[in-house]
Amino acid sequence: MSMTQAIPRPRARINNFVARFANVNGTGSASANFLFAKAIFRMGIPVTPKNIFPSNIQGLPTWYEVRVSEKGYLGRREGIDLLVAVNAQSMKQDIESVRKGGYLVYDSTKKLSPDLIREDIHYLGIPMMELANENFSNPRQRQLFKNIIYVGALSVLLQIEFEVLESLLKEQFAGKEKLIAPNITAIKLGMDYVREHFDYPLDFYLERRDLVRDKIMVDGNTACGLGAVYGGATVMAWYPITPSTSVAEAYEKFASQYRIDPQTGKHHYAVVQAEDELAAMGMVIGANWNGARALTATSGPGVSLMNEFIGLAYFAEVPAVLIDVQRAGPSTGMPTRTQQSDITLAAYASHGDTKHPLLFPASPEECFRMTADCFDLADRLQTPVILMTDLDLGMNDHMSEPFQWDENRKYDRGKVLNKEELEDMGRYGRYLDTEGDGIPYRTYPGTHPSKGAFTTRGTSRDEYAVYTEDSAAYKRNMDRLQTKWETAKKIVPAPSLYQESNQSEIGMLFFGTSTYSSEEAKDILEEKEIQLDAIRIKAFPFGTETEAFIRSHKLVFIIEQNRDGQLRSLIINEMQMNPKKLVSVLNYDGMPITADNIVLQISDYLKQKNAVPHDLSETLI
Amino acid sequence: MTYLKPLFRHPKLPKNKLGYTLKEYEGTISTLCAGCGHDSISATIVQACFELSIEPHLVAKISGIGCSSKTPAYFLGNSHGFNSVHGRMPSVATGANLANKNMVYFGVSGDGDTASIGMGQFVHVIRRNLNMVYVVMNNGCYGLTKGQDSATADVGSASKSGHINPFQPVDLASLAVELGATFVAQSFSGDKQQLVPLIKAAIQHKGLAFINVMSPCVTFNNNPGSTKSYDYVREHMQATGTLDFVPEREAIKAEYAAGTDTAVSLHDGTVMRLHKLAPEWNPEDRLSAVNAMQQARAKNEILTGLLYINTEFGDLHDILNTSDGAFNTLGEKALCPGEEQLQVINAGLR
Repeated sequence: MSMTQAIPRPRARINNFVARFANVNGTGSASANFLFAKAIFRMGIPVTPKNIFPSNIQGLPTWYEVRVSEKGYLGRREGIDLLVAVNAQSMKQDIESVRKGGYLVYDSTKKLSPDLIREDIHYLGIPMMELANENFSNPRQRQLFKNIIYVGALSVLLQIEFEVLESLLKEQFAGKEKLIAPNITAIKLGMDYVREHFDYPLDFYLERRDLVRDKIMVDGNTACGLGAVYGGATVMAWYPITPSTSVAEAYEKFASQYRIDPQTGKHHYAVVQAEDELAAMGMVIGANWNGARALTATSGPGVSLMNEFIGLAYFAEVPAVLIDVQRAGPSTGMPTRTQQSDITLAAYASHGDTKHPLLFPASPEECFRMTADCFDLADRLQTPVILMTDLDLGMNDHMSEPFQWDENRKYDRGKVLNKEELEDMGRYGRYLDTEGDGIPYRTYPGTHPSKGAFTTRGTSRDEYAVYTEDSAAYKRNMDRLQTKWETAKKIVPAPSLYQESNQSEIGMLFFGTSTYSSEEAKDILEEKEIQLDAIRIKAFPFGTETEAFIRSHKLVFIIEQNRDGQLRSLIINEMQMNPKKLVSVLNYDGMPITADNIVLQISDYLKQKNAVPHDLSETLI
Repeated sequence: MTYLKPLFRHPKLPKNKLGYTLKEYEGTISTLCAGCGHDSISATIVQACFELSIEPHLVAKISGIGCSSKTPAYFLGNSHGFNSVHGRMPSVATGANLANKNMVYFGVSGDGDTASIGMGQFVHVIRRNLNMVYVVMNNGCYGLTKGQDSATADVGSASKSGHINPFQPVDLASLAVELGATFVAQSFSGDKQQLVPLIKAAIQHKGLAFINVMSPCVTFNNNPGSTKSYDYVREHMQATGTLDFVPEREAIKAEYAAGTDTAVSLHDGTVMRLHKLAPEWNPEDRLSAVNAMQQARAKNEILTGLLYINTEFGDLHDILNTSDGAFNTLGEKALCPGEEQLQVINAGLR
């Protein structure tokens, strides 16, 4: 308390701060930290937790960052208002990360070394280990409850309602009721210590609101797994890789709940942990070829390995669904950090002329819906469709619109001939474009005793699936695939426009997890009287709306989380846009992009003389 | 280039139980070299499927890349085929089989496709005991790229250019037994009498049935000094026994000397009768099979026939406890948990 008095207290802020927890990996801090975030969510206040974790199981530093935003901004924000430092390894760095005038909550069981004292922050020492040792006998419990003690302390400092914590603990330990009482004890130990030793609440704190409404809090990977179950996938083939592993785990969890035959107890699904990503993709292609819906989930290194198979599925026209939970590359890169850096890899995966539809979800609700949609798209287009999510969206809990499903929705299996249709037609041509949309008719193996059989192959063939090296037949086929690509443009999800008509000659364009911070940046810039029009891309190939947006602005900032401006390259390449008018706003340090970063880059650019190229009129573009 | 066979059929061609003649099981005319062992294997597959009265459209033929992997076009023209990518047939077959468990799956591969680029997938499809017939047409060389040594070429074996292979061969049949394959056979493309019943038994076996077939490459590896030449294989074949495949409820016509017969019951009730020539070998005993194979190898002999069988182990569908119908016939009702359930899930996330 004495330490805090020297620094003047700023004006109180309500529901607007960033708290960070510095823990040691594998010490049970995750559930305590989640309890903290979930309690704020339950108080009706928008909250975004993010795990910043090492590629390690036990012993290395890990952080949990919680942003609270009354305005509902869910992107990461820089500047830490409160840091709970319980990791000696990273203590120095952690203390340096606190913003001027911020707070450090630490375990005062041991005295803090003088070189860790900063004059411009507040120190709140709580003897967490001492309290845990005095009140609990089991060594593991002492470790775990130390974490719960700081949650209790924060609940007083920040005004988290005790009843909310209590009910969350009761839900968490339903079935293990014995654990509820010691958890409550630990909460109260923290609460009492703060009440006896410090002024409270801090100059930023929480107040109950009704801003969460019917929203849910869930991670994107869980949503993808659930979307695959709802979308009708029966085969999930996968190979373990961070950060995508939990997609397969979620699929299996939900399938084991909802896909059991009530009569026999047998499974309407199969999960195969493959020997590598190549085999995982091979299984997906084999299953889809034979008429089942199948998917795999991986990250960049896995997509690299799958390239050959993706090319096969493109050329042989076999549907496949791939979920790419992107992480920081290249190579093994930073396996536990986020990026949007597989865009060009995924868009043009495999040798020869290939290109693949990509979907860009920005929330768990979209992860759910778009995963299910991927199956319809893959079946309609008879080609691999890739859902481009990332570690930030996949592994962090996000406040999201609730999941919804139209009860009358039917799976769109695309053009598939059944036995009667084969019977009634003349000669069946697997690769005949009978409707001019580039999409030919499939038929599943085993459909008809004497009609429809052919050899699916990665080699060139004619319209009747007969092997050929005839140049004209090869070219006709490649041109039909291009026609199919044009069809894809019309059926992939359209972008979201943030204005009914253009308000500015400058635009901003973003996708996926860059959305949160981009929306916030747009508001901040508006406050600074910089008006920008905005568009969020939801799919590749780009449709007419995206093209019109870019054409009708003199300057477009393209916000993405990679070094090379990969989406910008796609835009230039696919729509022949003038590169001069497309300005990259990038973040590629492995951390989620922040609004401040975007604002800084955009305003710096606009400060340049002639930032908006007046010579680029619409007709020139 | 693909050739079509004439549609003319002799009116008196014998018919099987389904009323089909052998013609209904044939494919397009082969584009492989004249005399290629692979074409003989294709013919035995045609014969085996005809004799078993299998509905051709309920067979799927999946292959990788290479001369052997081209053959699915040359047999069972009424069956769907999938000529996939090099060395990856097993994974494609795994997916296809998961989608519809009620079909017969032929995986066709070669020694390059399996013993080199596809070694990993070969190992793992055996581990999973996928219900399929896995045929390797083994000629010890890369035919399509003009005769390079493959990983199954024997040490000291000479290629057509006179190059002597300095590396140890991969013995696919021994490896399959070692990996726990539940059906392992070895044969020679020139021995139709042995191969037809082996393929029939492999089809009826529930689980992975691996058949390593020595199939000399007439163009690149049928020269003196090659251990995969017609002459060498003929001279060094040592059969474990003869095999009669006896579908259930049919009289057993063959007669065997007492004490040398083994009857093996397969999952579907059919019975395989083995007439053993090697008295110390027992096809249901892994140690005995390994022993017999190693002894043959020490003598530079090629042990042929059914080497090992295990009918106890369940296939991948049994292991995964999948439902009885084919996944590709399930609709929204069985697959989609519905909006009401989704609301329950949403409630749990608030």
